[in-house]
Amino acid sequence: MDTLAFLIRRLGQAVVVMLVISVIGFSIQDNLGDPLRELVGQAVSEAERQALRDEMGLNDPFVLRFGRFLAGAVQGDLGTSYFFKRPALEVILDKFPATFELVLAASLIIVLVSVPLGVFCAIRPNGWVTQAIMGFSIVGISIPVFLTAIFLIYIFSIELGWLPSFGRGQTVTLGWWTTGLLTRDGLAHLVLPAIALSSIMLPLFIRLIRGEMMEVLRTEYVRFAWAKGLSSRRVWFVHAFKNTLLPVITVGGVQIGTLIAYTILTETVFQWPGMGFLFLEAVNRVDTPLIIAYIIVVGLIFVVTNTVVDLVYTLVNPMVKITGRAA
Amino acid sequence: MKRALHCLAAAILVAGAASAVHAKSLTMAYDADPVSLDPHEQLSGGTLQLSHMVFDPLVRWNQEHGFDPRLAERWERLDDKTVRFHLRKDVKFHSGNEFSAKDVCWTYERLKISPDFKGLFEPFEACKTTDDATVDLVTKEPFPLVLHLATYIFPMDSKFYTGTDANGKDKAAVIKHGDSFASKTVSGTGPFLIAKREQGVRIEFKRFDGYWDKSSPGNVTEIVFTPIKEGPTRVAALLSGDVDFIAPVPPTDLERVKKDPKVDLVTMSGTRIITLQLNQERVAHFKDQRVRQAVVHAINNEGIVKKIMKGFATAAAQQSPKGYLGYNPDLKPRFDLAKAQSLMKEAGLEKGFNATMMCPNNRYVNDFKICEAAVAMLAKISIKVDLKTMPKAQYWPKYDERAADIMMIGWHSDTEDSANFSEFLVMTPSKETGYGQYNSGNYANPQVDKLVLQSHKMTDEEQRADVLRQVERVLYDDAAFVPLHWQDLAWAAKKGVHVDKVVNVMNFPYLGDLVVD
Repeated sequence: MDTLAFLIRRLGQAVVVMLVISVIGFSIQDNLGDPLRELVGQAVSEAERQALRDEMGLNDPFVLRFGRFLAGAVQGDLGTSYFFKRPALEVILDKFPATFELVLAASLIIVLVSVPLGVFCAIRPNGWVTQAIMGFSIVGISIPVFLTAIFLIYIFSIELGWLPSFGRGQTVTLGWWTTGLLTRDGLAHLVLPAIALSSIMLPLFIRLIRGEMMEVLRTEYVRFAWAKGLSSRRVWFVHAFKNTLLPVITVGGVQIGTLIAYTILTETVFQWPGMGFLFLEAVNRVDTPLIIAYIIVVGLIFVVTNTVVDLVYTLVNPMVKITGRAA
Repeated sequence: MKRALHCLAAAILVAGAASAVHAKSLTMAYDADPVSLDPHEQLSGGTLQLSHMVFDPLVRWNQEHGFDPRLAERWERLDDKTVRFHLRKDVKFHSGNEFSAKDVCWTYERLKISPDFKGLFEPFEACKTTDDATVDLVTKEPFPLVLHLATYIFPMDSKFYTGTDANGKDKAAVIKHGDSFASKTVSGTGPFLIAKREQGVRIEFKRFDGYWDKSSPGNVTEIVFTPIKEGPTRVAALLSGDVDFIAPVPPTDLERVKKDPKVDLVTMSGTRIITLQLNQERVAHFKDQRVRQAVVHAINNEGIVKKIMKGFATAAAQQSPKGYLGYNPDLKPRFDLAKAQSLMKEAGLEKGFNATMMCPNNRYVNDFKICEAAVAMLAKISIKVDLKTMPKAQYWPKYDERAADIMMIGWHSDTEDSANFSEFLVMTPSKETGYGQYNSGNYANPQVDKLVLQSHKMTDEEQRADVLRQVERVLYDDAAFVPLHWQDLAWAAKKGVHVDKVVNVMNFPYLGDLVVD
């Protein structure tokens, strides 16, 4: 029951968040540039452009345009993309699977690499391997993602010729979802972008897990476990590691949302046909309906991931009540 | 009917057998994909590149800047205002419909209502068919550029585009925004059909079995086109063998591509002039011809070409590139700092003055770097420039407002003719006539206006060339604007893909004629 009430309240919050986002999106759109310039050739006269602007309703006052947008939005219509000439939401949902699979693959790499490395660094804080990992993660955190991406392309596509340099490769359609995970070609195309994307968060997670784990290892109950003569394996992985996870999940959930922001750069470098690339192109083309639809969808994704994180948190730590009331 | 079917079956067999012998597929990547399949929706490079694949024009440009017959076999001038085109008779559209003179005039009428093209076709009065294979294009006044504009007439399948689509809308409608039949469905006469299109991701082309041009050496039966926006990724895709042909090659990668033994680089001097305009309305000093001359003499455009463009451009002293009718061979770049300083002194401005400048940072090759260099060069004649650069989406509204004292503008002549530069860039700006739309300098010279307008009606090429050369001379002497350079074009392809034979200075490769080993 509590969970249901929580979900309903979150839904209410989501609506408010998206409303605020759409107001902000709408008010900045006039500063993004003139969409007409991207729609017509260089020689088209200003009068002709004005006529088109009138026809498209771009010259109407802000309140009128926003009202029109809201009226459409409550019916699930976020406007029509100038470039794709299709409903903006539909265009974004078409690109969603590509981005989702990229973020999923990157998250998987992050978890599979950062957990063992982070734990190892906590257990052996002074070994040379730890020093190397920590040093490497400092370097990693300070290299911008597009450099990592270009570097990866240079090594693995041009020099070694092992992996493809761009795009998503062969995909399989399952209902409305197109997946690249089921073909060899699709998986090969996923490797470099996923590594590039995970490289942003990897150092952060290694450091986070290491720090949390070291803290836990210093607590009373762990010392008690040692005193009790438990095997080191049991102390590290059952007692200490479980409690390390709590803060990692909270931070991790928020950071997965941030990964979506980084897909903009990664997808652009790899010509990955996802939402991030779509967004950057939309900005370049001043495709305002698409820009606004994108930020609303991403806002929704943030709300959803945060909600899921909160729910998972209660599973890992039953002491926490999501409703916030005292138990 | 049965006979027709037999013929069709035989044709398919023959075509199948023929293509089995030398069927070649090509993967290619450009920086962007065409906005629409409608050839009249947007006048842009992307649209024209697509049009030359899916449609055929009446005539087309060749590498020597002359005209080659395509759907028009030959043509003749009947009088001052009429040019007659004799059309090929053996041409079919992708839909199977026969091509005839009616389609040409139907297409002409559609061009006349397209917001992007109607300006170009303004001088035309009518398109008349005398029989199925003859078309007369009639102009309002004697008009020298009929053939130039015939390169824009890609006859559309009038039967195919007539009627209403599934949503009850007119199939022929030209819609700039929103859905239309022609933006998603296509039937032309060109060498390729569109087999599949996922906008922004890829287009798959298949060779049209019934293509009329049997003499074309082209042997590519399949093209997979992918837009790759980022220059380094595009180059990487070529060098790693993921694609066979790319354009454009970013200037930073030219050396690398040239050195790679697996690929060929093809470059050509381009026709887009990059200039700076000095706003005489905002800055009174720019009204003084000596000051304008000083600015032109202070800017070392050959240096910019060498250092910033890495030799990947041709330094300019006029608007018309070599090969254009108005190109004046006497005009040379004139960097001379000492002269610039003495001109400033003569104008009483040795102490200099302040000026603002705006440039785009993602429109032209190295645009903002060029502007930064210009700022440094102008500092040497004590003109202190406050430069602002911005993405093109924000730059164009600023340009329309004439928001800075010095602004950058690049121009490609849609007619491939010299007069077009002057019409837009240097003629006296006027809302009524529409001339000088991109003259942010507000340069006004009645003599230039008169000569350019005169050239519009001259059908004698020799005399017209004289007038247009004279225009360039006047602009040069007057330092009407700061000429920088013509950007070069660059393509790169895997060895054995002979793109050098099909590319041209207009940057619409004739891929139907491409030969792949």
